[in-house]
Amino acid sequence: MTPDMIQIWLIALAGGALIGLAAVWLMLFQGRIMGISGILAALLPPAPAGAGDRGWRVAFLVGLVLGPVVVAAVTGGNPVGAPVVSPPMLILAGLLVGMGTVLGSGCTSGHGVCGLSRLSLRSLAATLTFMATGAATVFVVRHLI
Amino acid sequence: MRSLISGLISGLIFGAGLALAGMTDPAVVLGFLDVAGAWNPALAFVMGGAVIVTFSGYRLVRRRGRPVLAASFSWPTATQIDRRLIGGAALFGIGWGLAGYCPGPAVASLGSGAPGVVAFVVAMLFGMVLMRMIARGRQLGARIARSG
Repeated sequence: MTPDMIQIWLIALAGGALIGLAAVWLMLFQGRIMGISGILAALLPPAPAGAGDRGWRVAFLVGLVLGPVVVAAVTGGNPVGAPVVSPPMLILAGLLVGMGTVLGSGCTSGHGVCGLSRLSLRSLAATLTFMATGAATVFVVRHLI
Repeated sequence: MRSLISGLISGLIFGAGLALAGMTDPAVVLGFLDVAGAWNPALAFVMGGAVIVTFSGYRLVRRRGRPVLAASFSWPTATQIDRRLIGGAALFGIGWGLAGYCPGPAVASLGSGAPGVVAFVVAMLFGMVLMRMIARGRQLGARIARSG
């Protein structure tokens, strides 16, 4: 372990702590799980969330886009990396992520962060599954093809 | 209004956390998923930090009778581990591994205006609508079959 690595891991830990804080905030004030795929999907047809429940979701998404802008302003760096794959691959990946998170009722935030924190076996099963297929996909793309 | 402000603050903290953690850089995310290559374990620390804070925070929040701005807590109640859950998670993981974006970081990256990120998010929203329509169609079909 080099001092550089320790610093990177500490920053990662701090970023994770902020993600946790956001999840706790949303439960404390709105009484909701911080599942981004769920928050997004509930705004879309068919059957979008009722008017009374739409406001905080939209406000949350606006905050989500502004978050990295604030970090960039404070640190002077640019935390948002450019896409690393071709546009057709991004579209295919987006489709799979959209369909998969609705079918599986969650993503890295809902199942991975909030579900594991609730000690949910269902979320543990989902998290292990998407970690495994994610790693397998990268293995195939980077080392087999 | 208070609901809007609290939603905005939660999203802001989440977006800042994702950015600080490196999740808004797909190269970092793919480096974490590349266990057979030059594996970058940093995201395990992100997950660890997030779960420690959420686990502790949820325990404190649970002591309250109700949330500050809503009538009741919406804790998930589903416990079943079925084909839907595993199949959906598997599809999601494949998409995540192809591009290095999951929903939160993808939306958080929209501020950069990169056409690739916009394409990913639009495709993701389309996939969500499509899957919700399929699910709705099946529910309707089941209802018709029951009543028919």
